[in-house]
Amino acid sequence: MIDYLWLLIALPLLGALTLILFGKHIGEPASGWLASALVVIPFLIAAALTVPFLNGAESETVFLFSWIPVIGANASLLWDPLSALMTLVVTGVGGLIHVYSVGYMHGDPRYPRFFAYMNFFIASMLTLVLADNFALMFVGWELVGLSSYLLISFWFVKPSAAAAGKKAFIVNRIGDWGFLIALMMIFAAFGTLDFAIVFAEAHGVLSVGLATAITLMLFIGATGKSAQLPLYVWLPDAMEGPTPVSALIHAATMVTAGVYMIARTAVLFEMAPISLAIVATVGALTAIFAATLAVGQRDIKRVLAYSTISQLGYMVMAVGLTAFTAGIFHLMTHAFFKALLFLGAGSVIHAMSDEQDMWKMGGLRKYVPITFVTMAVGWLAISGLFPLAGFWSKDEILASAFAKGGFFLILWGIGVVTALITAFYMTRLIILTFFGDKRWDEGVHPHESPWTMTIPLIVLALLSAIAGLWNTPVRLGLEHFLEPVFGDIHQVHPAGGLTVWALALISLAMVVIGILIAYGRYGRGDLPNEEGGYWTAALDGYGVDTFYGKVIVLPGKTISTWLAMVFDTKVVDGVVNGLAYGVRAFGSSMRVLQTGWVRSYGAAIVAGSLGVILWLLLQGGAF
Amino acid sequence: MIVMADVTVTVGWYMILAAVLFSMGAAGVLLRRNALVMFMSVELMLNSVNLTFIAAGNELGLVEGQVAALFVMVVAAAEVTVGLAILVAVFRRRSTANVDLLSELKG
Repeated sequence: MIDYLWLLIALPLLGALTLILFGKHIGEPASGWLASALVVIPFLIAAALTVPFLNGAESETVFLFSWIPVIGANASLLWDPLSALMTLVVTGVGGLIHVYSVGYMHGDPRYPRFFAYMNFFIASMLTLVLADNFALMFVGWELVGLSSYLLISFWFVKPSAAAAGKKAFIVNRIGDWGFLIALMMIFAAFGTLDFAIVFAEAHGVLSVGLATAITLMLFIGATGKSAQLPLYVWLPDAMEGPTPVSALIHAATMVTAGVYMIARTAVLFEMAPISLAIVATVGALTAIFAATLAVGQRDIKRVLAYSTISQLGYMVMAVGLTAFTAGIFHLMTHAFFKALLFLGAGSVIHAMSDEQDMWKMGGLRKYVPITFVTMAVGWLAISGLFPLAGFWSKDEILASAFAKGGFFLILWGIGVVTALITAFYMTRLIILTFFGDKRWDEGVHPHESPWTMTIPLIVLALLSAIAGLWNTPVRLGLEHFLEPVFGDIHQVHPAGGLTVWALALISLAMVVIGILIAYGRYGRGDLPNEEGGYWTAALDGYGVDTFYGKVIVLPGKTISTWLAMVFDTKVVDGVVNGLAYGVRAFGSSMRVLQTGWVRSYGAAIVAGSLGVILWLLLQGGAF
Repeated sequence: MIVMADVTVTVGWYMILAAVLFSMGAAGVLLRRNALVMFMSVELMLNSVNLTFIAAGNELGLVEGQVAALFVMVVAAAEVTVGLAILVAVFRRRSTANVDLLSELKG
């Protein structure tokens, strides 16, 4: 059965190729259904392959073909509980989003191309997840970046979408640079990039300093892909892509690659306490920073984008606390409820004829009842209300921070405040969208979406409601499931007994307070005036983009312009032209020798021969 | 070594003869203007070299001298074929074989 593992990558790749080549002939909606099937079938295969793990089966490595064996990089797939869980999330949520897109992308002139890119993304992401060495993981890492670029700028006729795609690609490249450096350092230290060998020999080969350097470089890669400070700026702009793309790539799967990578390399991070502290701190700061930005957004998708950055901050904080299971747990539950929220937002945008400004919505709950109910589940799940998914996963992270104590109590405090802000901005989103007066433009007639869009919403709402029960303080299901992966790692565990329930009560209180404040502000009649001061700054993202533009982009552009206009034309071209000019001048001076008279050439040959003979005689000591 | 009466013809004689022939050929190439005669002079030079090869080979008891001479003859035959063909073509167009008049390739 494990022999079919390669199909997980091959099937979506086949779909992408087929739709690129023959998409126009397959047409709408057949190409959408084909693409969906080629994600759902891998999900079923993955589910069948996961069952043995529940009975304690061993991890397996499937060798496909030899690639660069000398650096330990082969096309070889690792199937263990961690990659299995990621595969199930990617193909499961991905499959639902494919089905949703069948309805959402209806009528788009490049409908088959959209699904080709989506399938390509799934294949790339599974390569990243299933790789059994750093090199193949890096290939997947780059390919998801490429598919992200293609899908963000899918509507490239809009200049803003084209610019957003470019921005995402370039910012990600900065992170990739760190990842690549880390790979080189690992190769220099171990002579191989194979996970199994690197992790087995890490304690013998690496000094703490080297481990710190490697893991910090890896973390730079993670900050790019998982949108952490200071490289998060591409994610809000990535909302220019179609909403299913935002749900799949920029909420549920690709952006979690950094968290997955840190969890995968847990052995290395465990050796570097300084790196771990930095990771946890960056995660916590990102969580609260992005949450404060989410509060001030008017665009429904941008609220969710900043919310995603904030939630990714929680996950990064978790892996930084060495609470790897908690991080992966939150990754999974977040994939469910954030995909749900994005798809719900897409359904709302669809109903409102492409209006995204929440101030032009309101009172929609009667018009799109299914979307409203499912999104409400997502709202309570992300806010962390008992007993929905977000409550369990977020609380495990916070309890881990508390259990670690010392400096990490500050991070716990930040996390708790972030939970309050999260509840506030999500309630704001729900009230502005579904409650209150109708504020939409004339001529808009909201309508519920087709069943292809509502079914995925319902399934995701169910998952968002119950997925948290897999790993509760009472029954640590996920912890046990991931035991073969993290068994040898010293993870931080939340304190048992009363403490954990007390902590849960504190964060639950925060959630309730957040919801109540938001209700008090937005839920009673007139909306507050949100202009000037904080609100303008938040809409502008606190001016971070402007700052980066002045400090990084502008000098870069100036240097590039100077290099192109001055250095290239004067120095580089100067050297080449000068060389050509010199050759020509030398040739001109030599032209006089070519008289055209055969006999003068003959004389030259004779004279030359005599010269050589003379020289030989002199060398031989004849005179 | 060939012995005639009381004169001993050593390899040096052959070398001197070859040098004389070679110099005559070279002088012919440099001084004559008729391309045909220049070709003949070149042949003279080549054959003087052949003579050197054979004489030296004989003196040293090596067969390579004769091999080299045969090799030179083959190359010379090929060279003459091409050269004469060019010469005939030039003569047909210009009705002259005077090389001093054929200086169009002046740089």
